[in-house]
Order: sequence, then C-alpha cells, then structure tokens
Amino acid sequence: MSFHEEPAPVDKGFFTTGVKILVVLMVTGVSFGLYRMGFSLASTTNLNDQYPWGMWIGVDVASGVALAAGGFTTAFLAHIFHREHYHAILRPALLTAMLGYTFVGIGLMFDLGRWYNIWHPSLPMMWQGNSVLFEVGMCVMVYLTVLYIEFIPVATERFIGRVNLPGILSVLNNPIDEFLRLLDNTFGKIMFLFVIAGVVLSCLHQSSLGTLMVIAPYKVHPLYWSLLSPLFFLSSAIAVGYPMVIFESMIASKSFGRKPEMHILTPLAKFTPILLGIYIVLKIGDMIYRGTYVYLFEGSIQSWMFWIEFGLLTVVPFLMLLSSQVRSSAGWLFAAATMYIFGVLLNRCAVFFIAYKPPFAEKVYFPAIGELALTIGLIATLILIYRVFVTIFPILPAPAKEAVQE
Amino acid sequence: MGIDRRDFLRLLAGIGCYTVIGKSTDVWADIRTVGHGDILGVLVDTTFCVGCRTCEKACNQINKDLPRKLPESFEDSSVFEKRRRMTTDSYTVVNSYPGKKNRQQFVKFQCMHCNDPACVSACIVGALTKEDNGAVRYDPWKCIGCRYCMVACPFQVPAYEYSNAFTPQVRKCTFCFELRTSKGEMPACVEACPMEVMTFGKRKELIKIARKRIKRYPDRYVPHIYGEHELGGTSWLYLSSLPFEDIDFPKFGYTSTPGYTEPIQHAIFKNFIPPLTLFAVLGCFMWFLRPQDKKSEPLLREEGQEK
Repeated sequence: MSFHEEPAPVDKGFFTTGVKILVVLMVTGVSFGLYRMGFSLASTTNLNDQYPWGMWIGVDVASGVALAAGGFTTAFLAHIFHREHYHAILRPALLTAMLGYTFVGIGLMFDLGRWYNIWHPSLPMMWQGNSVLFEVGMCVMVYLTVLYIEFIPVATERFIGRVNLPGILSVLNNPIDEFLRLLDNTFGKIMFLFVIAGVVLSCLHQSSLGTLMVIAPYKVHPLYWSLLSPLFFLSSAIAVGYPMVIFESMIASKSFGRKPEMHILTPLAKFTPILLGIYIVLKIGDMIYRGTYVYLFEGSIQSWMFWIEFGLLTVVPFLMLLSSQVRSSAGWLFAAATMYIFGVLLNRCAVFFIAYKPPFAEKVYFPAIGELALTIGLIATLILIYRVFVTIFPILPAPAKEAVQE
Repeated sequence: MGIDRRDFLRLLAGIGCYTVIGKSTDVWADIRTVGHGDILGVLVDTTFCVGCRTCEKACNQINKDLPRKLPESFEDSSVFEKRRRMTTDSYTVVNSYPGKKNRQQFVKFQCMHCNDPACVSACIVGALTKEDNGAVRYDPWKCIGCRYCMVACPFQVPAYEYSNAFTPQVRKCTFCFELRTSKGEMPACVEACPMEVMTFGKRKELIKIARKRIKRYPDRYVPHIYGEHELGGTSWLYLSSLPFEDIDFPKFGYTSTPGYTEPIQHAIFKNFIPPLTLFAVLGCFMWFLRPQDKKSEPLLREEGQEK
C-alpha cells in the first residue's frame, strides 16, 4: 500500500445535527447580509467615520486570506518539493483555499459601499499602482482563478466517463465529456505553471495585506505598526498553513467518524515550530529594535491583546509543538493547532481594528450583532459547501478499510 | 533531501529582503515633496477667527451636493459646546478651544489637501486624485466604497455616507475645484470670511507671508507653520497662538504616510523582477527535485484513473 489512499467522495448522510445548526447560522447571517444590502451599512454595522473598517475586514477578509494559507503551503510542500507523503492533504487544502478565497470575495461584497463596482480595479484605466489595496485585490483575484484552475483535475476525475444528464439534456453528455477530457488534457500538462504561480501570488498578497495598515502609522498602536508588518503577515500566514490543514483534517475525520490521519499530520506538524519560530524571532527582534516593549505593560486593550494573541496563542503553541509527544497525540496536536489559528485570527483583528486608534474617535468600535451574525453565517456557509464538495468530489482520502473491500 | 528546508528558509529570507529595502523612506520623502512648485493653498491665521461660521455657510451654499441648511442655522453658537468633525453634511467646521486670557480660540477645519495625500495613494481605483493646483478630488463613479482612504487619512477627514444603501459616497472638501480654484478663483470659504482669517495664493508665497507674521509678532504666534512640513506638507497652512496639539492638530513627522507604503510596494514589484525571480526559483526546485518515478507525479494524469 502506498503512502496515500486514493481520494474518493465521502459516502455518508448529509443532514446531521451539526449540519442543521450550520444551516440555522447560515440563514441568520445571510438575512443580516441581505438587510445590509437593502438598508445600508449604517443599519447593520457599528462602522463610522472614525472606524471605517471593522470586523468584516478584520475577520472575513484579512483572517480569511491568512487562514486559507493551507492551500499554497501544502502545494509548496507536495508539488514543488515533491514530498509524496503529503499528497493526501493536497485536495482538502486546495478546496479550503478555494472556498476560503471565494468567501473573502463574498464577505468583501457586503462591506463595500459600492459593491457593484468591485470589478473596477481590473479596468486598466483605473489601475492605481501606488495603492497597496490594488495589489492585494489583483493578486487575490488572479489567485482565486488559479485555485479554480487547480481544482479542474478534481472535477474532471469525478465526471469523465460519468456525465449522465437526465431527459433531453442527455444529448449534451458526449460533448460535455469531450470538453472535460480536453480540459483535463490541456491543464494537466501545464498545471505546474499554475501551482508555482499560486505560491508566488500568495507570497505577494499575504505580505501586502500586512502593508495595508503601514499607511496609518499615527493611528495603529505601536505594538502593531511596523515597517516589517508585511513580513510578519507573510511569515505568520506561512506558519498557520499547516496548523489549519491539521485542524480541518481532524474535524473532517471526527465529523465523518474516521480516525485522524496522524501518519500524515504528525510529520506535517514538525514544520510548524520552525515556521512559527521564524515569525516569533522576527516579531520579538522588531520589538527590541524599535523599543516597543515599553507598551507591553501599559494595560491598554492593545497591550492585553498582544499578550493574548502573541504570548498565549502564538508562543505557547510554538512551545507545545516543539515536543514530539504533542505532535503525535491527536488531542494535543489539535489543541496546539487550534490555539495558533485563533492567534492569527486575533492578530489580524488587532492590526485592522483593535489596535486601530483613530484621532477624534468618540467611542471605541465594537462589532454590531449584524456584523457578528454575517461573519458567523459566512463561516457556516463555507463549512456547509465544503461538506457538499467532499460528498460530490474525490477530495478526502477513502477510509482504509473500505479501500481494501473495493 | 536535507537541503530542502534550508533553501526554503533562504527563500523566505529573500522575500524578506525585498520588503526591508523599503526602509529608506527619508530620501523618498524629499523626492516626493519637491516638484509641487506652483500649487495653490490657503493660509489660515486662527488668531483672527471670531467663530462666526460664515465660512461654514458659504461652503454649504456653494456645494450643491450638500444638504441645504437654513442660513440662520449657522448663527447658532451652541455648536461650540462640542468639538465637531467634518461629516457627510459639512465639509468644514469651526471649533472652539480655550485660548489665552480666558478668550475662546476658534479653529476652522477642512481637508488639508496634502502635497502627498495618503488617500490618493491608498485609493484602489484612483477615485481620489491630486490636481496640479493642489486640490484633492473625489470621483464617485470610480469609487468601490472600500473606505481605505478613510483608514489612510492621517487627519481623519473623509466622511462616508453609511446610511446610503446603494450609492454611498466619500465626502470631503473639494477645494472648490470645479467652480472656483480651477479658474484661479479663491474657495468660497476664503471669500466669505469677514475677518480675513484666510489668505489664498501660491503655497510658496503663503509660507513667506506666514514666516513674516511670526517674525514680526513673536508674541502673537507659536513659532510654527502647521502644514509646512507635516507629512510632506499640506496645501492648507495654519498659524496659531496656542500650541497646535491643544487645538486638535496631531503631531506628525515630516515623512508623508505614502512615503512608508509606496517604497515597500514598489520594491516588491520593481519591474516585476522579484515576483518573476521567485517564480523561476520555485520552478527550478520543482524541476530538479522531481521524482524519477513518473507515476507518483500527481500533476501528470495517470491513465488508470479514468476507469
């Protein structure tokens, strides 16, 4: 038996209790989203002239991009460095990245005042090369396309030779099949270009996302403002890639009643202390160089945030993952991965709105119910679509026992 | 394959270097602020201001897209009980501060029309532009409503129509560009002011005037022209008898805020060399580390999978 089991569609009932809860969250969130679309940002959010960016940018967009980093980090390991051992996690990571970025786009639509102009940055007459946001936007747009292209082989594998439309549509069966084979042939040969492009684009926009707030040096708390911010964003995104893959893999295994894939996840977790170590060294080095440690004990929200986000949810999981016992224990590994994921989430929220201290602000921003509901609703929808995809497409490795029976 | 990880780290370091290059911002600031030779500006001598709010009224009357207010409403002096900020309804406001000798010190605020505007640099679609005469303008038809300009503006000037569901706009002082300053005429607020608080003219000349006033009346002014150097300079310049921090003018460095982001941005994208280099390096790894056994290569389709 080879290292990796062949991926196969999941054969399990769809409407579990968990799924029903997700549906409720989705409906609630989407209702708030539609309300915002019909009745403006003011009706749904606590945003104002002092705080133009809030939870939707911090969580849906910035954290969404960071936590979708599993896609390119896994592609880097398995495709570019050809670590065959990790092929089983490629497709789940790709799917998460693809859905993650799709939802970054959807989430952004709710935040944009003139969402119907979202395509404007792609018009050459409106290109604005000085804008960091323009670069982020373009990279994300192109990367999303690349992710869909990378997904083509999964779709063609599932449907080639199995296109079976009902009734009158059946005349299309053959043309569609031919088309799928053509897609498969064309992209199969040049896929390596897209894989590399995906990694390059990710490095570019992950770092540029960190450059965004560099333009507000007088507003962002010194603990969270640094010229090295792009490097922090890139290195922390790279570091959170594998914990995210571990987190999802374990949740998927649990949800589908399978054993956690520890034979892949344990060796994968070995990279994290190294990658996380780079981020921690950079961050502490920058802090010493700029002397910002003086703010650590000022007792402000930002300093507490730093202790929680960096101390508790970054350094602690780093120390945990140094131990091989933690890496080989499903429970501990899950705990460490989850902690760092929340560390990244809080870090992005900190940079984009918690550490954002505008002059003349009358009160501190706190997300409104509508903002929370839509964010949670979008995450629930993402998980639901993930579940639909793994049920339709060969993404998760088939459980070992069933594979033997076949 | 012990070499992989080390090279991987080296690669990361490489990406880091491109980012760090962006640190030489001081040189940048100088290049950017020169060349705005003939831009126009307004010198606001706050020591003359009596808080009559005529400038607010004139602004409301000339800007047809602002909600009309009754002329009498501008005679209400109770507004000074609170420090106001510019809103979607008003491009300029006058605030009151405790001044010398128990007198009130009034200060007019509006967009500063920076020499190197953060909002213009930030805007994803170029909806905000810096005109040759110094005005910073907004084009709602390009705008996507991301509000990054508001995040970027160090003076916290742009206001947003959050209550407008379908066509919200960013609102800020236009420097009366279309109706007046593009033709060389002075902005409405400058013309309306009965106390001649404001002087309209070439920014260079205004700085000379301001210097003369400070030199001639050293007791009247703090020896500082706010906006001469702040953030690379602004078209609107201020003189004050009180320290500027006391009248809500933040203390800023001389480097414009785009002076921090643009060097990073342009270093990463210099002729597309860094991204293409990264692409080539990754391509080399992918090629040279490829497994000899072709069957385990997932990117080459396996014939057996078609069934």
